[in-house]
Amino acid sequence: MKILVGYKRVVDYNVRIQVKPDGTGVVTDGVKLSANPFDDIALEEALRLREKSVAEEVVVVGIGPADLTAHLRNGLAMGANRAIHVVTADAVQPLTAARVLQKLVEKEQPGLVILGKQAIDDDANQTGQMLAALWDRPQATFASKVEIANGKATVTREVDAGLETIEAELPAVITTDLRLNEPRFIKLPDIMKAKSKPIDTIEFATLGVDAHDQLKTTHYAAPAKRSKGVMVKDAAELVAVLKQKGLL
Amino acid sequence: MSKILVIAEHLDGKLNSATARAVSAAAAVKPEAIDVLVLADNVDAVAASAAQIEGVSRVLTIARAENAHPLAAVLAPQIAKAAAGYSHVFAPSTTFGKDVAPRVAALLGVAQVSDVMSVEGSHTFKRPIYAGNAIITVEADAAHAVVATIRTASWPAAAASANSAPIEALSLDVALPSHTRFVELKQGKSDRPDLQSASKVVSGGRGVGSKENFEIIYKFADKIGAAVGASRAAVDAGYVPNEMQVGQTGKIIAPELYMAIGISGAIQHLTGIKDAGTIVAINKDGEAPIFEVADFGLVGDLFKLIPELEQAIG
Repeated sequence: MKILVGYKRVVDYNVRIQVKPDGTGVVTDGVKLSANPFDDIALEEALRLREKSVAEEVVVVGIGPADLTAHLRNGLAMGANRAIHVVTADAVQPLTAARVLQKLVEKEQPGLVILGKQAIDDDANQTGQMLAALWDRPQATFASKVEIANGKATVTREVDAGLETIEAELPAVITTDLRLNEPRFIKLPDIMKAKSKPIDTIEFATLGVDAHDQLKTTHYAAPAKRSKGVMVKDAAELVAVLKQKGLL
Repeated sequence: MSKILVIAEHLDGKLNSATARAVSAAAAVKPEAIDVLVLADNVDAVAASAAQIEGVSRVLTIARAENAHPLAAVLAPQIAKAAAGYSHVFAPSTTFGKDVAPRVAALLGVAQVSDVMSVEGSHTFKRPIYAGNAIITVEADAAHAVVATIRTASWPAAAASANSAPIEALSLDVALPSHTRFVELKQGKSDRPDLQSASKVVSGGRGVGSKENFEIIYKFADKIGAAVGASRAAVDAGYVPNEMQVGQTGKIIAPELYMAIGISGAIQHLTGIKDAGTIVAINKDGEAPIFEVADFGLVGDLFKLIPELEQAIG
């Protein structure tokens, strides 16, 4: 079986992003970029399935500008067999990303697609579900445990009420939650090896995906600031102020 | 004019209050009708509750054995079909809504607006990105239906007893897939208030130190009638189950009082509590980032301070 893994590049999760004063976007020049943390978990899970001989091949997929190649090399260094780079200078929203992935699914015929549950830049949490819909296959979102056997995935999902387990016939789409696994670190020799692994480049325009129906973002703003708080000296004072506000 | 279909969330025959919050957001669009759609095997109790929500025009039900559990692959084709004639489809931005709504949007061939925090116009919404560190205004194409999930912490629950909307059974000719099957749901059992709707929440973090030590948090929460939450660190360390996690990837809450105890306040945690009325931080590290958002801060050892707080409350 082949596993396709979505591998998005985002502003590093430790960066405190700044909104541009004119409201046209957030500052991304010179800001550290990394793999979306949920996508690292997705790739790790795919690699573990390959190590358990459930899969033979792991392919990382990225959609983005020409310089995304370096990011895809990280995925190859982590252990993916090869990469597919869909080249576009324009930002791509989830529905468009799902349509791109659907085209790649038709071409690659994977047994499983693993994506992160959300990207930490747009926080949309949509692409995996949309791909599953377009593909007309099962989805198992927010996965914290995955077992593959007899042509089906048994997936434990982190839902508001607790932990839900579902069975999904393959092929299927799985999206990863934080507790699925601990992604491995990339070792130096693997970075060298990754240089000789193949990256297929596909121009977005050649896929025939319509990207016109994206949402228009008209303005960016910083969130409302909370007014400055006060430090209290002891428990008694804290209880007194909270009682005064009618909160206790 | 707008007509909005709100997807009801429910469990064990009880309507989730997130549904009434999504109805509030729907009302902000000022539509000519707000219909609530209930999909279940046995719809009666949930439909009756939904019919009481203020602002609801009709409750539509689809009772099928396949709808016994909320499987997105099974529900989405039915919702997409029922959405014909509606300008908007809203679902709460809970794990249920996040799972099913994008599948509906893709079936309808439209983009989805996630986590709507305010309605600026019938097709213009505000939503948070970058863990709530930026708020964007987005415009959806007015030529198509808008599919959106509603950030429950941003909306009050519409009053639930002020109405008696008519209930109508829908029968749709939709073939349902059998490729996805429910196995089981393991629920964390708790008599405490529900984390997402509680007016007071006490959360513990890594500073609590162990699963056993978390008892001090539960005891204090019970004393003030609060729900109990946790940081990712506390969940990862195994102190508490995952459904208690508050933050970007856990629950986003807006209680009147939020008390963060032994929580440093990573960006990802702060996202989950930014809309709380009053934030109290108790931490032994006076430099912890949680103090930057706290209305009241107290520096010290939580094991000493919590008993003192209990005593002071009396």
